[in-house]
Amino acid sequence: MKFSKLGAVAVIAVIAVYIRAIYFTPIEALQGAAQKILYVHAPSAWVGLYLAFGLVAIASVLYLWLKDPKLDRVAASSAEVGLLFSTVVLITGPLWAKPVWGTFWTWDARLTLMLFLWFIYAGYIILRGAIDDFEMRARYSAVLGILGAILVPFIHLSVYFFRTLHPMPVLLKPSAPSMPREMLVTLVSSFVAFTLLYVWLLRERYLLAVDHDAAMGAHS
Amino acid sequence: MQPSVLPGVLHPRRAPGFVASTLAIARKDMLIELRSRSVILSALAFAVLALTIFFFAWDPTAVAPIDLAPGVLWVIFTFSGLLGLHRSFGVEQPTHAMDALLAAPVSREAIYLGKLIANLGFVILVQAISLPAVALLYNVPVGAYVLPLIGVVLLAAVGLVAVGTLFSAMAVTTRLAELLLPLLALPFFVPVILPAAQATARLMSGRAVSEVAGYIELLAAFDIIFLVVCTLAYPFTLEQ
Repeated sequence: MKFSKLGAVAVIAVIAVYIRAIYFTPIEALQGAAQKILYVHAPSAWVGLYLAFGLVAIASVLYLWLKDPKLDRVAASSAEVGLLFSTVVLITGPLWAKPVWGTFWTWDARLTLMLFLWFIYAGYIILRGAIDDFEMRARYSAVLGILGAILVPFIHLSVYFFRTLHPMPVLLKPSAPSMPREMLVTLVSSFVAFTLLYVWLLRERYLLAVDHDAAMGAHS
Repeated sequence: MQPSVLPGVLHPRRAPGFVASTLAIARKDMLIELRSRSVILSALAFAVLALTIFFFAWDPTAVAPIDLAPGVLWVIFTFSGLLGLHRSFGVEQPTHAMDALLAAPVSREAIYLGKLIANLGFVILVQAISLPAVALLYNVPVGAYVLPLIGVVLLAAVGLVAVGTLFSAMAVTTRLAELLLPLLALPFFVPVILPAAQATARLMSGRAVSEVAGYIELLAAFDIIFLVVCTLAYPFTLEQ
């Protein structure tokens, strides 16, 4: 695979963020070193839950309207990259939770939502794998992509009836960020670096889909 | 049985209206099921078997049957529902009857809603038998709150069938067929099963109906939104 300029920038940004996070960001007083997992966990959740899933939903609606195969490829690529970032969230979360909460997993609102988002992504990709016809695959996955986006707030509401253990957002909230400045800079840079990483992976996966469709002889 | 008069059928030159064609499709599916009894018997056998297995899966001296009952009830509803949902469009597959349905002068939304009504009838029938069975075998006195409980069960049935019917239509035409249906449908069942099971558990432990009002509202909101969205989405699953 050719390493594009975007890829180089994204990888360097991620490396720079972790050098800063590990060596130049203070250790949190109560949680200790485990808190540093936040700089992987939170930006992955940002990409998996909002960016990638949002793009799947938008591209799906536009596909059903415009019937442009490019939109289907965008949705499919975003779903696959989204599954990757959601997996990172589900792995880093328990690693942090064990020392801090004393348990790897709890059926808390946010954890359950993320788990089901992962299931929707996985179902979406399995559905695509089970259909050979290009046009039908695009229609079916667009329908699932849209229904999934409508489902997420419902899962959120239904699990919100339980009490939540999860720390509240420190960044994506209306009031001022509740974090010391050094940590905040690291966190914000990790969001930027992960967004770049997402855009790069999305682009690579999209180009792969173009090649794949060309090889399969589908209309472009 | 006296054949009932269907509007449109007696006047071949006039296509039936939306409601008439929806009901005709629902009636067709129910008749097929009544004559073959394939799904209803297997779903009921499954429900009773599952009831028995669940009873022995826990230590009755550690967990009281009344604590198990809500969970058992909703697991049975979910999986017996899936059994029936797959047949909904699967029954059209072997003879390619779907092509004939699509060629008929009925709207595609009517096909979806007709199938949905037939599935709803099937799910409610299974619920009508397994709910008393759970009450009897798990020794749950349901008399005091039977009406709100039926309300919760019916609201949940509509939500399950709305998304299940759409995914059944999609799953049967894929390579994985019946294997795909639970994969697609179960995540969508969560916001139905969760409030329904919580409401059932609260009712069964003697709480006031007002305590489960939030769950009932959530179920109703899910039903309305997914009925509309799935009806609009169904034509997109067919070739244009």
